[in-house]
Amino acid sequence: MSARHATVWPVWLVMLTCAALMSLPLPDALTPFRPPWVTMAVIYWAMMWPKRFGLGSAFLVGLALDVLQGDTLGQHGLSLTIIAYLTHRFHLQIRIFPLWQLTATVFALLALEGFILFWIDGVAGNPAVGVARWTQVLIGGFLWPPVMAIMDRIRERLEHRSTALA
Amino acid sequence: MALGTTDSKQRGYRETTPGLRAVAICALAIGLMVADSRSELLVDLRRLLAASAYPVQVLIDSPVAFGRWVRENMVTRRQLLEENRMLRQRVLARDGRLQTMASLEQENARLRALLDSTAKVSDRVLIAEIMAVDMNPFRHQIIVNKGSDDDVFVGQALIDADGVVGQVTRDQVFSAEAILITDVEHALPVEVLRNRQRTIAVGTGQLDELSLPFLPRNADIVPGDLLVTSGLGGTFPAGYPVATVSAVTNETGASFLTVTAQPAARLSRVREVLLIWPGEQTAPIVAEPAPSERERINTAATDQPANGAIE
Repeated sequence: MSARHATVWPVWLVMLTCAALMSLPLPDALTPFRPPWVTMAVIYWAMMWPKRFGLGSAFLVGLALDVLQGDTLGQHGLSLTIIAYLTHRFHLQIRIFPLWQLTATVFALLALEGFILFWIDGVAGNPAVGVARWTQVLIGGFLWPPVMAIMDRIRERLEHRSTALA
Repeated sequence: MALGTTDSKQRGYRETTPGLRAVAICALAIGLMVADSRSELLVDLRRLLAASAYPVQVLIDSPVAFGRWVRENMVTRRQLLEENRMLRQRVLARDGRLQTMASLEQENARLRALLDSTAKVSDRVLIAEIMAVDMNPFRHQIIVNKGSDDDVFVGQALIDADGVVGQVTRDQVFSAEAILITDVEHALPVEVLRNRQRTIAVGTGQLDELSLPFLPRNADIVPGDLLVTSGLGGTFPAGYPVATVSAVTNETGASFLTVTAQPAARLSRVREVLLIWPGEQTAPIVAEPAPSERERINTAATDQPANGAIE
């Protein structure tokens, strides 16, 4: 059990890196094409390690993102919690999907998150002009296979280490 | 491919009441959002969280900061000499202008004392650097590397060498968040320098455009007019350049003019900004006036709150 817990911190490192990637300065022209790194990472880890990456973790990641992005506190907390919940609910099914079906599912989840954020902005009265929210969804969907390959590498390495320790 | 994860070995794994937990966390998130956007309850929590996020932001900023440092250190002696010469010339030119400015300032203070009106004192400023950190892509927000440690306060005005840049929205301990004047949620009271026509300049969400939506169709405004802060509203001190009117359209049937203006500050390229403390005088920029003169200015300044519209 303790070996299991010892391997959780790299996931948080991945999350922090993703959150940092969200605020990495990009030229103005490229800003709409920034992939939603954090959401993709949350989907991946909620799907693969549902026991170690729970709803509470997704909520905390969302709060960190809110602080870094200067958004209303809880906005990403809410959207990522919902995304993590749905991923948890269906993780056994979507895990065995072929890659194209998995990518389509991720598309749907990213679009749902875009819609939740759009809706919160509308209710809170923060006007969000431009198409950036939806181009992000597209880019995120297209980038899912390589991102998943990288995350798989990280996960395999962690699991090897934890089995070696145990 | 994904069947071999450790967690999937417990096939029947389900959280005991995942739905309930999700609902509870969502309710917490909604509560946070309401508290954050509709009240001041979370200001301190937010400041704490932001202070702990500061190292991450420094890390994100570091490649750009390092690049700048390398560029600054890799200049040749020739370039330095050349730049030095140029800067000297500019200082000379500015000093020349400031000489007349000193006498004008004194004259202004004298006249204002005669009118029994507030003298415009010079403001305290502090140079802050904008950190290379991107925020919410839908807002024009920036982070500067000075915070409440340096007495930065919410609502403080930011300017650059050419004009008004924006205002501080959240003062954090080591840094501060600010919105630019072009943010869609930002509006600032301005007046046309030529005829003191007052209006409001509203951000459009584009870095090179402001809009003046509240001018009646018979208002006297033409392209090229300089807009300066009017000092009304109390956030921005009066007299700083904001924008130049770029287009005026008078549409038949509309109740207001459609006026667009180009910000004076180079918002897309600005790296260093000045934080202003209105009315707090530090070392005067120009030569000291004679003691008796200064006394008169000071009494005039303390008669009324120093920062305000002068009519």
